[in-house]
Amino acid sequence: MKKAISINVNGVTHQHEVEPRLLLVHYLREVLGLTGTHIGCETSLCGACTVLLDGQAVKSCTMFSVQADGANITTIEGLAKNGELHPVQQGFWEQHGLQCGYCTPGMIIASAQILERNPNPSQEQIRHGLEGNLCRCTGYQHIVEAVEYAAKKATGSH
Amino acid sequence: MAKYVGQRVKRTEDPRLIKGLAHYVDDIKLPDTLHVSFVRSVYAHARINSIDTSEALKASGVVAVYTGKDVVEKIGPVPCASALPDLKVPDYRVLARDKVFFVGHPIAAVVATDRYLARDATDLVMVDYEDLPAVVDVEAAAKGGTVIHESFGDNVAYKLTAGEGDIEAALASSDHVIKQRVVHQRLAPVAMEPRGVLARYFPGEEELTVWSSTQIPHLLRTQLAIMIGIPENKLRVITPEVGGGFGSKLNVYAEEALLGWIAMQLGKPVKWIETRRENMQATIHGRGQVGYIEIGCKNDGTVTGLRYNVVADLGAYHQLLTPAIPTLTGLMLSGAYKIPAIQINVTGCFTNKMATDAYRGAGRPEATYVVERAMDLVAAEIGIDPAEVRRKNFPAASEFPFHTATGLDYDSGDYEAALNKAQGIIGYAKLREEQKKARDEGRLVGIGISTYVEICALGPSQAMPAGGWESATVRIEPTGKVTIMTGASPHGQGQETSFAQIAADELGVDLNDINVIHGDTGIVQYGIGTFGSRATAVGGTAVLVAIQKLKEKASRIAAHLLQADASRLAFEGGRYSVTAAKAAAAGEVSEPVVPIGEAPAGVLPEPQTNGKSSVTIQDVALAAHLAKELPPDTEPGLSATYFFEPKNFTFPFGTHIVSVEIDRETGDLKFLRYVAVDDCGKVINPMLVDGQLHGGIVQSIGQALYEEVVYDDQGQLVTGTLMDYALPKASQIPWMELDRTETPSPVNPLGVKGVGEAGTIGATPAIVGAIVDALAPLGVKHLDMPVKPETVWRLIQQ
Repeated sequence: MKKAISINVNGVTHQHEVEPRLLLVHYLREVLGLTGTHIGCETSLCGACTVLLDGQAVKSCTMFSVQADGANITTIEGLAKNGELHPVQQGFWEQHGLQCGYCTPGMIIASAQILERNPNPSQEQIRHGLEGNLCRCTGYQHIVEAVEYAAKKATGSH
Repeated sequence: MAKYVGQRVKRTEDPRLIKGLAHYVDDIKLPDTLHVSFVRSVYAHARINSIDTSEALKASGVVAVYTGKDVVEKIGPVPCASALPDLKVPDYRVLARDKVFFVGHPIAAVVATDRYLARDATDLVMVDYEDLPAVVDVEAAAKGGTVIHESFGDNVAYKLTAGEGDIEAALASSDHVIKQRVVHQRLAPVAMEPRGVLARYFPGEEELTVWSSTQIPHLLRTQLAIMIGIPENKLRVITPEVGGGFGSKLNVYAEEALLGWIAMQLGKPVKWIETRRENMQATIHGRGQVGYIEIGCKNDGTVTGLRYNVVADLGAYHQLLTPAIPTLTGLMLSGAYKIPAIQINVTGCFTNKMATDAYRGAGRPEATYVVERAMDLVAAEIGIDPAEVRRKNFPAASEFPFHTATGLDYDSGDYEAALNKAQGIIGYAKLREEQKKARDEGRLVGIGISTYVEICALGPSQAMPAGGWESATVRIEPTGKVTIMTGASPHGQGQETSFAQIAADELGVDLNDINVIHGDTGIVQYGIGTFGSRATAVGGTAVLVAIQKLKEKASRIAAHLLQADASRLAFEGGRYSVTAAKAAAAGEVSEPVVPIGEAPAGVLPEPQTNGKSSVTIQDVALAAHLAKELPPDTEPGLSATYFFEPKNFTFPFGTHIVSVEIDRETGDLKFLRYVAVDDCGKVINPMLVDGQLHGGIVQSIGQALYEEVVYDDQGQLVTGTLMDYALPKASQIPWMELDRTETPSPVNPLGVKGVGEAGTIGATPAIVGAIVDALAPLGVKHLDMPVKPETVWRLIQQ
């Protein structure tokens, strides 16, 4: 029995009939074709599937799309505004905060949330804020520097 | 000075990745794609009495179900490329037939119109198992008990002895012989992108395309062609974006062949995306050795000999390089030291587990751990500082190339320089004083040190199972844009950028005018791939030499265009100029040439050479393509291909020093400092080198403190998800203070050595050494990994 849902993703409202068991991440990837959100573990641990749901970073691999009915979602594809990269995206590029890039969309979304809550986080606060996101390539150090870069950029001190 | 090489150039691959616009396998969508889900063994060792697929075949959306009997005559065995003498090689079929040998062993493939429906139907495949005793403990397996592959008679896949020097005499003449058992626990590589395959068959053309998340597109093509029986020139393997490999995708897997074959049967695209649970069960593991060290030394700390008897836990089957991994351990047992006699005795043993194979470092972390732990044991035995024991046994910088008793010739090195630099940065003497003070206060503070050497740039073809060279084609297109095709297959290492840096400097063009193409056997000439820290040293050199070849031709054409003798031309900044002396003599005036790239779209201008004293390499490229004004007997076009065969491996090295403090109440560890001085030869892009080291060191921290693949005594995989297999998190990692020495390698003209695995090789023993040092006042001399707070806490309680 399919259920009708209406979800705003990156500023565009989509209406679909979906199976109740369809995961949000599969809705984004398969139905909407937004494949920037990745799946890395299916158990909410790696954070590759992180998206913003009504402003909160959530793991879209452990949420049904019907649970997001009526929500506003931002995925990695919607983070840049008017062709300009989000400061966190700029930070990741400038500071080599990514290698294989697979965890990157989730890392960037989680980092954006860290900065939204605390525009000037310490390294320790950044590391704590990224505990829900795993990266196997970078050893995190350049990611921490990327977030610091973004913080400075966003507060105009860059 | 080079404009790009050596500079911190931002990666050209990043924009697509940070915008979420890159394409990994699962991001590629083809119309009418069918989805495959696997039925996998829930037992470690069992007989299959029967498989009933009838209910699954009736399920919604199911198109086909395949079991072992359907494919045994159709698809060849999963290959093993290791050719060790008397190696026992079990017949490894893509789906199990009569028996299953490990948890996760594929039994049936269910194909359905939707991935949810495919997964649903796997539950309807009824497998009647008869449980058999599982072989789990590798040391016990080596001695006897249940035999996994009955026709072999026992579980020993091979035995191997290697090394030079008289080890018996060396140990007998030592003042001290120290023995220690060491465990290198099984690890899971856990690339963040699990494996995935998409296959599409074109019946009219009789061509098969396989997209796979692999590190070795060409080697995979060759092996899949053999397995499936399709002509290799009708098979195209594409590696789109690959989300990490760490050796786990340096392989040929059952699923890759099966997907290709199923696509041919059904005439529709088929896709399989590995779940993380499947990844933990059925993607190769790393390490898995239990060994016994015997090291001899003189009273002054001079090492006389080293013997390492090791049992390697191979798992149930050989994957591509499974048996070869411990041989790399044997090769690197001399570490950074002069050891006159070395012997390794390997027993490779089958167990009812997933195969072990190359995981970042692949045999070398084990060797480094053995040698570095042994040096610490020597230091403790004779009571001198671990740094000094190491210094005493280094070959001097003047002794390179340095021959080891493991049969290698280290290319270049200055081990003491790296040690001195690391000691300087961390303030070693002061650190030891502070440690003494802390100990007096009852605090558990430890300092660990590792002066590693590793073997990279794999490698000369004589030493490799399927070629050790790498290829590159460099082409300048009519519009002046540069295309590079590399046989390496980068998947995060950043060679789209670093190879472009090499090319931009050599050709004098803008970095952004270069496109580096890789990972498509339909486009790129045969290559070997990315593993063994080889891509830059071997593949980067191929790029460099291909450009040099291209420029030989370009300079002949330029001379013709400028009506000058080629020997009178100078090439600089992307421009061939008649040297000043000649220009002046001929009364020519130098003036800028309009770059071809600025011509209006759709119009190819004539090369602007008349009366000029210089032409750009883009002018030459256009002239080469138009072919109206070429020197006699010159082939049109401007491209060159080169296959670089290295004459030796390279041997990067370095010193890692780490200080830690252990909480007496909890056994928990706190990093105080982490200093790493690494020497990977010449550096193309320091930012990328740092990134490689950071990642490698953190994987070492994972091995030292957190990670372990655990099978219970029934062979059940206990660490089957990331809930149970503990990867290091950002909050658990110290700030890594990196520095470098730079000793160029003489093995390749770039002077680079490789850096992909250094962190995973160098760091682990330093961390374990620091913990052991912290606990030394309690009489601790060695601890097995992962060193968990619980273990440490229990020790403290005793």
